Amino acid sequence: MGFDQYHEPPQELSAPTRTFARMCASLTEEAEAIGWYEQRLAVESDAEALAIMRDAQGEEFKHFSMDLEFLLRRTPLWREIARGILFQSGDIVEHGEESEARATGEQDADGSGGDGDLVGSLGIGRDAGSVR
Amino acid sequence: MNHLLRSHAPITDSGWDLLDGEAKQRLAPALAARRLVDFAGPHGWEHSAMNLGRTEPLATSPQEGVSALRRRVLSLAELRADFTVSLAELADQDRGAQDVDLASLDEAAHRIAVAENVAVFHGWSDADIVGIVDATPHDAKPLGEDPELYPRAVAGAVELLLCSGIGGPYAMALGREQYRRVVETAEHGGHLLLDHLRKILDGPIVWAPGVKGAVVLSRRGGDFIFDCGQDLSIGYRRHDEQDVHLYIEESFSFLAATPEAAVALTA
Repeated sequence: MGFDQYHEPPQELSAPTRTFARMCASLTEEAEAIGWYEQRLAVESDAEALAIMRDAQGEEFKHFSMDLEFLLRRTPLWREIARGILFQSGDIVEHGEESEARATGEQDADGSGGDGDLVGSLGIGRDAGSVR
Repeated sequence: MNHLLRSHAPITDSGWDLLDGEAKQRLAPALAARRLVDFAGPHGWEHSAMNLGRTEPLATSPQEGVSALRRRVLSLAELRADFTVSLAELADQDRGAQDVDLASLDEAAHRIAVAENVAVFHGWSDADIVGIVDATPHDAKPLGEDPELYPRAVAGAVELLLCSGIGGPYAMALGREQYRRVVETAEHGGHLLLDHLRKILDGPIVWAPGVKGAVVLSRRGGDFIFDCGQDLSIGYRRHDEQDVHLYIEESFSFLAATPEAAVALTA
């Protein structure tokens, strides 16, 4: 169970990629916990139990947000796409499409008008390929 | 538009897709160093230095009775490999040609990948980069020319790292000749030498053009840091009636934070 977060042989992954995978697994677990508390809160009638569970769910909100921020800091393209979606009012799907296009340079493959550091990059990063 | 000036190039969207795809394909297999060390970034073109967290004394200060220190940083270096693509070839690609001549791009991609490997493993003094081989305090061990003896040398390197308190998993970067010897050799009983060495290392063996001999290093993390500013990108220089002149560029620095986490094996 302990190594479920790896999709590829761990010994073939770099240390940063293993950390990234662990944090992705942690993010998933926090989201699951938030969902579970939401369901428990919906059916619980004891006021004291409700207060404790609300407090516990708040902890999971915090953990999820910290995990997410860590992952976004380590993944510039993800961060750029998220920047155009998170904390915006309006149509979420529309923001998503626009943000993705802006971050990946789809709207201006020639480099005009896109984000300075991402447009034109070959996007190789740490994952230059599998190691044998 | 950013500093790569791609929009000034007379290249269509599908032309850029072709060039970017070809460059990525050619670069990836040769970029050995960044696959084996910690990759930080990319932090962008404006990222100019890696924080070392250290200071150096200053002889003077602006005011008597006030001491002064200066922060030390490791400046990023820029690498650029120029190449040329025929405009006629790109026009044919837009017509659907499948065999576009991108030899100049391929050569540039290999050159810059080798340069990155050399900087990380063997250093680049003008850029203040101390390579892994120069940084390690361990004496280099002979790998020799007989691949049958490689397991002994690699096991010795792993044992030396263990003695220094450096845990695994480990990996090995092999120069071109050494890699060829490893993949073509079967030991007594028909077992592939490549598999035997992987078992000793508990980790991968990587083809590393530019490396002289071989380097065994720990992949536990935190020992070697490749600080990337702008990741490998294609930019535009100029064009004439026949050709468009482009380049592949990156900015980076490298720090061996735990130099004892590697052992060099000489050819």
